[in-house]
Amino acid sequence: MSSVEDRVRKIVVEQLGVKEEEVNAEASFVDDLGADSLDTVELVMALEEEFETEIPDEDAEKITTVQQAIDYINAHQA
Amino acid sequence: MLKGEIALVTGASRGIGRAIAMLLAEQGATVVGTATTESGAAGIGQALTEVGHQGMGLVLNVSDQASVDAALAQMTEAFGAPSILVNNAGITRDNLLMRMKDDEWDSVIDTNLTSLYRLSKACLRAMTKARKGRIINIASVVGAMGNAGQTNYAAAKAGMMGFTKSLAREVGSRGVTVNCVAPGFIDTDMTRSLPDAHRESLLSAIPLARLGQPEEIASAVAFLASPGGAYITGETLHVNGGMHMA
Repeated sequence: MSSVEDRVRKIVVEQLGVKEEEVNAEASFVDDLGADSLDTVELVMALEEEFETEIPDEDAEKITTVQQAIDYINAHQA
Repeated sequence: MLKGEIALVTGASRGIGRAIAMLLAEQGATVVGTATTESGAAGIGQALTEVGHQGMGLVLNVSDQASVDAALAQMTEAFGAPSILVNNAGITRDNLLMRMKDDEWDSVIDTNLTSLYRLSKACLRAMTKARKGRIINIASVVGAMGNAGQTNYAAAKAGMMGFTKSLAREVGSRGVTVNCVAPGFIDTDMTRSLPDAHRESLLSAIPLARLGQPEEIASAVAFLASPGGAYITGETLHVNGGMHMA
């Protein structure tokens, strides 16, 4: 089983159509990876499916970088 | 033409909704038609399977979020998530504004307009993921022209058109189109209840000099749902015999 970090990176690459090397921990989805608002919604939906969790809207708004996504999943994994 | 598509048609037990459900099924889509009662849902299921179409009837109250969630879950379990959503369910509670009751206003807005919010939201996740989807909202000529005694209905139907344009802008990049079909006066139970004198005066305002048939609305819906309609979004297609030319 790959790490949370690897799985999050893989989803970001797939959803945003960016290169793997662009997806560093501090990368912002919108500012660095070119995501629009609908992309970020879809990204959160993909994370929810991959990790079988529900991310409430108020939490989803705070996930703006790759590292924040990884941290959120780590903190909320059963 | 619609082979492999999965369509959800609300308010499909009679009139325009039924014609839409039957035509989409005839063109190859798997169709789930909804009604507010068990007997209505059973009737849709029977009408579909009797002629060898794939699909079923479901009970759905579009003004109840729990009912929407339950119906979508049932449908997805049976056939998969809808790739075509036809928001057709609607009611009228006509009254002059000065006599209109709160519940006449609220129920029409809730059933005819807020239902779009509920159903579209419930279906969009699968559509954006699939990068493909069609949402077709059945509006009304009244939403464009206005009609005395129908401030609630006209507000809901005009609201649909604004909703349609905004959502079309939101999800266009995901291959999902959102359109309205706006029927004029169609020969259904809803218009059959009009007094004869009113019907006569209506006919004189229709260049084609007749009421429309439910099948004539269904074919406009089928067109927008088909691959041929792929480049149309945010649009309202008026089907009214010329009584209103937008």
